[in-house]
Amino acid sequence: MTWWQRLWQKQKLDDQLDKELRFHIEEHTARLVADGLEPSQARRQARIAVGGPEQIKESCRDARGTRWLEDLWQDLRYALRTIRQRPGFAAVVVLTLALGIGSTTLMFTVLNGVLFKPFPYRSPERLFSLQEKTAKATQFGDLWAFAYPNFLDVRSAVRSIDPAAWRFTGGTVSEPGDAEYIQSCEVSAEFLSVLGISPAVGRDFTSQEDQAGAATVALISDSLWKRKFSGREDALGATVTFNGQQYAVVGVLPASFQLADNPVDLMSLMGQNTQPVMKAREAHPRIAVWARLRDGATVERARSELAVVANRLAAEYPRSNEGRTFIADPLRPKAGNAGSTMWLLFGAVILVLLIGCVNIASLLVARASSRGREMAVRVALGAGRGRLVRQCLTESVVLGLIGGVLGILLMFFALQPFISLWPGSLPRAQEVQVDWRVFAFAVAVSLMSGLLFGVVPALRAPAQELERSLRAGSRALVGGSRRLQSILVASELALAVVLLVSAGILGSTFLRLSALDPGVNTHNVLVTRLALSPSVVTDPARIRADWQDILDRARALPGVRSVAMVDTVPMREGNNPLGYWMNSALPPRTELPLSLANSVTPDYLNVMGITLRAGRFFDGNDRMGSQPVIVIDEVLARRAFGDSPAVGKKLWIPDMGPAPQQVIGVVAHVRYWGVADDDQAQVRAQFYYPFAQVPDQLLRRWSELMSVAVRTENAPLGIVEPLRREIRTTARDQVLTEIRTMDQLAEATLARHRFLLVLIGAFAGTALLLACIGIYGVLAFLSRQRVPEFGVRMALGADARDILRLVLRQSVGMIAAGVTIGSLLAYATERLLERWVSGVQLGDPVPFVSMVAILIGAALAASLAPARKASRTSPVTALRQE
Amino acid sequence: MTAKSDLPQGTLDLLIMKIVAMGPVHGYAIAQRLQQVSRDVVQAPQGSLYPALHRLENRGLLDAVWKETESGREAKFYRLTKKGRTQLDAETASWQRLTEAVSLILNLSEGGVK
Repeated sequence: MTWWQRLWQKQKLDDQLDKELRFHIEEHTARLVADGLEPSQARRQARIAVGGPEQIKESCRDARGTRWLEDLWQDLRYALRTIRQRPGFAAVVVLTLALGIGSTTLMFTVLNGVLFKPFPYRSPERLFSLQEKTAKATQFGDLWAFAYPNFLDVRSAVRSIDPAAWRFTGGTVSEPGDAEYIQSCEVSAEFLSVLGISPAVGRDFTSQEDQAGAATVALISDSLWKRKFSGREDALGATVTFNGQQYAVVGVLPASFQLADNPVDLMSLMGQNTQPVMKAREAHPRIAVWARLRDGATVERARSELAVVANRLAAEYPRSNEGRTFIADPLRPKAGNAGSTMWLLFGAVILVLLIGCVNIASLLVARASSRGREMAVRVALGAGRGRLVRQCLTESVVLGLIGGVLGILLMFFALQPFISLWPGSLPRAQEVQVDWRVFAFAVAVSLMSGLLFGVVPALRAPAQELERSLRAGSRALVGGSRRLQSILVASELALAVVLLVSAGILGSTFLRLSALDPGVNTHNVLVTRLALSPSVVTDPARIRADWQDILDRARALPGVRSVAMVDTVPMREGNNPLGYWMNSALPPRTELPLSLANSVTPDYLNVMGITLRAGRFFDGNDRMGSQPVIVIDEVLARRAFGDSPAVGKKLWIPDMGPAPQQVIGVVAHVRYWGVADDDQAQVRAQFYYPFAQVPDQLLRRWSELMSVAVRTENAPLGIVEPLRREIRTTARDQVLTEIRTMDQLAEATLARHRFLLVLIGAFAGTALLLACIGIYGVLAFLSRQRVPEFGVRMALGADARDILRLVLRQSVGMIAAGVTIGSLLAYATERLLERWVSGVQLGDPVPFVSMVAILIGAALAASLAPARKASRTSPVTALRQE
Repeated sequence: MTAKSDLPQGTLDLLIMKIVAMGPVHGYAIAQRLQQVSRDVVQAPQGSLYPALHRLENRGLLDAVWKETESGREAKFYRLTKKGRTQLDAETASWQRLTEAVSLILNLSEGGVK
């Protein structure tokens, strides 16, 4: 019989035990009667011989091994009864816990979805990400994306892994339906099978199709399938015109398919991309390579195979592959900035939960002190110490679990709103769901909180000197609990200091960053990417004419002040760092200092409101064939030329050709990387060059990158529709994408700071409130217990102020201890913030000092009320209470 | 009444198993036999008999069935299980080794081992 069967059949077993013992006694009696004893005498002797029936039954029950469960059941019922007796107290505890556990679980759910969950591909633990690694590191590190030829060589050489390549592309779908700009990707044929994904409809690519000259085929997303073909089966075999090229649709991707957190509408084959750069091993389009470990193969084997290929290629192509190796790392989700934001918030909610638990613990200690007599009676009646501890813990764990259940409910309601409030977009947001890990975490946190706030009062309760407790009742217990409660309050204050100082630092950082000049006038500027009509992109002359036409049309729109083209917009994704040098004696490429290059049209300065410091900006005369010119920002001017005037000097920029570039002007620095991040950015120097001087062979690629920036009279979003219509009239397949205002972009660079500030500020406020409630509650309780003592003191001549001082001295002690420990913890937290939040500068003592001052002030204010009350004690009533 | 020794720890279980090994018996009979075989030398505490029986049953060394006695009353009869048999043999052997060793030491002449 298993233990739970024994538990289940408790009643039956008890009956049988009873019957067995009765049989024993009756047999014994019969025997004694047969020996000649009086029946009543015999019965008595038989009973004595067997011993006390209840004790025997109890030890037999113990022998069943289910005793702990029966006790647990008893404790549970007792706990529920005690909780029901004081519903107000229980409500406060449960609510505190529900908020604490709910928010902790919420943050865990987010962390779990974004960071812990593996990718939703088949056996994700066997997937690896391959990268190129160079012997020498530059500012950007030593890891690089693959070149396509390197991928092809690796793929044909390795036996223990199946590598697949992919890269994001994008373009205009002009047929069927309205022209539309879509996200797309190019993959190698085996990509989907490496991930373990099959098309929902139709078939996967074949390796014969993955080469130049093969029939052009594409897989489309479920969403594009529904938009363009209304989800009809005859989409298979139909053609879509993408970037002017016709593709036969062979399959539809599963609706859930996302590539590295991005929705992709069209998938084409990398082998069919005939652009010459695809064949380059240097200055190549960067491609990502993922690989699946074959069955039975090991990573070590794969790595040694990669090393062999790398060596061979280094010998074969020394110019590009010298010192270049290939590395394989497990494919893991990357969250970037979101990761540290999540961890910071997770830490903060744990602190709030801890403070909540400490608060409840001190409430429980106060209650345990008043329940001291009850405990003492139970000890006197034979309850073991362990049994009492267990029972107290059961009570707090029950409270913890109730709080946990409520917390999970709260979390369910808060999860979606929270994700939608995330600054920017939360990576892998679709993966953030409640799963078994979340439940396990919530249960563990609830149990641990219950144990945490239960263990202190529980261990204390039966530890009293029994005799003294019985004699003196609750009052005698206060001495011991005073120290314990002081420790609890001090630790609450310490934790609150950490949150308050963090909030203070985030707040001052936010204020400082908001006041910074981004270098551009972000007001009333619209920026939008623009995909040229696929019909013009093959001819450089037509490209130039088309862009000019777009600029002219846009400028003619009512409400438009000026229009310019720009390839990398400040504070938006995308950048183009190039190496530069001050004379023709160039050092090796990897040692060149870097500067951001930005190709623009002459009106750019007016559109963005950038200040000209010296010289001039571009005009219509800076064109193909004229002297190559650049305008540099003040950072580059200082770095390259120090204090001497930069205008008229030359810079050698090897990526723009062997001839030097003439510096014709100096402009103000633009916080290209965002208001917060620019100071820490690796490449801060900037220069501008005229779009008109981009050579013909690069024009098509550049045109894919260019954006249009428009300065408007009024709210810039009002210009979107007219602009869209105006540009469309030239060719129906010319579309705007990524429409933003500069205000939105600037705001987005501070969104993370604002988000952290608001949340951690709210947590700090909660912590402050809880800590004040804690110190108030404890002082009120202790003062109440000390009323008779105050009475005696007053009878002996102490006045109200002495009593006030007496109580306040107690609170000052707790505050001092809390602030000291808290400051040490906060010091460590500051370093963490400095590392994880851009723009945090620690030199300024004001946030620290002011936050600690606020805490001390609030805590003193909270202790004043109980102290006042104590000082108004009337000696007569006090002594009468004694 | 002669002085009786207390039963050494753990030997009650061994004795019970030995008695049960002779055939299915009920609790009272075990108590009787315990008293007989130990010839009133060993004090088998009556109160610990039933807890011991239940413990052995829960450990799977004994199992029990309700049967009628010769006198027609229903009683709980204990039997040794296969596992109980193995356990009994092992414990008997180790008990004998122990007693031999102890008596060897006790029988040493004062002069010690030669």
